[in-house]
Amino acid sequence: MANGRLSTLLGYYVLLLVLLYVPIGILFLFSVNDGVVLAFPLKGLTTHWYRDMLRNAALIEALRSSAIVAAASSVAATGLGASAAIALVRFKFRGKALFVAVALMPLLVPFLILGVALLILFAALDVQRSLWTVGVGHMIVSLPFTLLIVMSRMVGFDSNLEEAAQDLGASYAYTLRRVILPLIAPAMLAAWLVAFTVSFDEFVLASFLIGRSPTLPVYLFGQLRFANRFPQVVALAVVVMIASLGLVVLAEWLQRIGTRVSLDRRVEESGEVQERRQTVP
Amino acid sequence: MKIPAVELLNVVKRFAEYEAVREVSLQIGQGEFFSLLGPSGCGKTTTLRMIAGFEQPTTGTISLLGEDIRGQPPHRRNVNMVFQNYALFPHLTVFDNVAFGLQVKRIPRAETRRRVAEALSMIRLPGLEHRKPAQLSGGQQQRVALARALVNRPAVLLLDEPLGALDQKLRKEMQLELKRLQREVGITFIYVTHDQEEALTMSDRIAVMHQGRVLQVDGPRALYEHPATRFVADFIGVTNFLQGRLVSIADGTARVEVDGLGQVRAHLAEGIEAGQKVTLAIRPERMQLLSSNLPGGDNHAPGIVEDIVFVGNDTQYFVRLNNGPQVMVREQNETPLSEASMVSVGQTVGVRWSPDSTSLLPE
Repeated sequence: MANGRLSTLLGYYVLLLVLLYVPIGILFLFSVNDGVVLAFPLKGLTTHWYRDMLRNAALIEALRSSAIVAAASSVAATGLGASAAIALVRFKFRGKALFVAVALMPLLVPFLILGVALLILFAALDVQRSLWTVGVGHMIVSLPFTLLIVMSRMVGFDSNLEEAAQDLGASYAYTLRRVILPLIAPAMLAAWLVAFTVSFDEFVLASFLIGRSPTLPVYLFGQLRFANRFPQVVALAVVVMIASLGLVVLAEWLQRIGTRVSLDRRVEESGEVQERRQTVP
Repeated sequence: MKIPAVELLNVVKRFAEYEAVREVSLQIGQGEFFSLLGPSGCGKTTTLRMIAGFEQPTTGTISLLGEDIRGQPPHRRNVNMVFQNYALFPHLTVFDNVAFGLQVKRIPRAETRRRVAEALSMIRLPGLEHRKPAQLSGGQQQRVALARALVNRPAVLLLDEPLGALDQKLRKEMQLELKRLQREVGITFIYVTHDQEEALTMSDRIAVMHQGRVLQVDGPRALYEHPATRFVADFIGVTNFLQGRLVSIADGTARVEVDGLGQVRAHLAEGIEAGQKVTLAIRPERMQLLSSNLPGGDNHAPGIVEDIVFVGNDTQYFVRLNNGPQVMVREQNETPLSEASMVSVGQTVGVRWSPDSTSLLPE
């Protein structure tokens, strides 16, 4: 009975993995396939799509734009998210629930609607569309992620630590610098990486808010019309995917550093107590 | 008289609708080991946190060495606290934890190093400077928390149930250690605990708190021998209570008519007048079991043994006095078998106790 259920679950899991990774595998296959048409049978092994990609100035420019937007918007979103998280977890003030709801709203509003709304707003304010406007849009959609990630870390550590610092003579600024920030640093780094990835991949908002120089997703979408450049796009997709995967894994790992401390303690406890007993007369 | 280390005058703390501390006035002397003892929710931790500066009194004043410290934030007060869960900085080494307070004050590096080493050897924990708190046992963390506070040489050290998280044996060790440390450094300790035994073991004086009020402030022995209220008598140690009415006062002893027992003599307390309803408190170990009811100079009553409980170093006899109240009599298990140890359940015995060991409490 239990075995039957287990194998059913395992079956689902394998199906999911296949659906997820087969397209990625195919993408990789065609990025090294010596042919313009993306169809089997494969023609032969080549790396020239990768070489062409690196020589494509417009593509590199788009990559650069995306990197700039992602870097700027993620830094801003992390700063805002961390400040908000500290305020929300440690201070009492009126309208806290409303504040959280408002900050998390971008998670629920479809990007299409948010994109139109921002477009109208920037038009009304007479702001020229550029990488800046894209950056603002990306900062807004990254904020819920950074806020939630840093908040979970703030909730996880004891507020007594801040009191202890103050008790030892530290002002709030000193406490922030030597206690709070070091403790939430891994979470902030993880939040930054997530925000960076969100921005780097984002297409809908960017396509609404972009000025003359496109970000990478917008550029890629435009290139789909030209069949002979398509393999280059595939090659780029592979590169971007591997890089994002690396970033996400790094973010996950950083978030775990904070929680590992409590595990270590449990392991060390028993042995240390014994040692102590012997040395204390 | 010396200026008190800490003085609280009519301190009240109200949280919204709830009054956590009500009209507390205390004088804690310099170099004293002072305990705030009471059940959870009695206001002892709130009182401590007001001295530290984490809470502000709603009304009343708090002074430190004669100076009113109302409104002073925690980081300006010359007091340090040892937290219940230690609150060591997990990202800093033992050295940096202990040095934290000195670094805040920009003490020169060489002096910091010397004082940290001194503090660590004082708590008998040298050689662990480079460990992180997570790599220490509970007892070691406790010591680091102590060093971190003491290294600042505060006027007063506040301790909030610092031994609560340790196991029984280690806790006993640390109690003696804390007492030794306090004698060595001569700093005033204010110690919050709900463990009466802990308070009795370490303190010079104890304030027993209940529902936000201080019921009694006294030395451990006086508190044990002469509790002022029924709550104190009940909270500290085990006590037999007898109900009665004060009949007369003569030669410093009070005569109390106890329902079903006749007249019992008791140690006279102030402020109680003849005719008043009273409670008598007698410690179980101050009562003596006799194989028969022998009249004598002391209080005595016949009774029937209803239960006998052996608890290692002594035996507890539950005796119904004269078909009236039940009392517990505690006899030490000496060798060879004492007269009392022959007693069995159902047997008629006599119980005797001295008037000096009988505390008179207002009803």
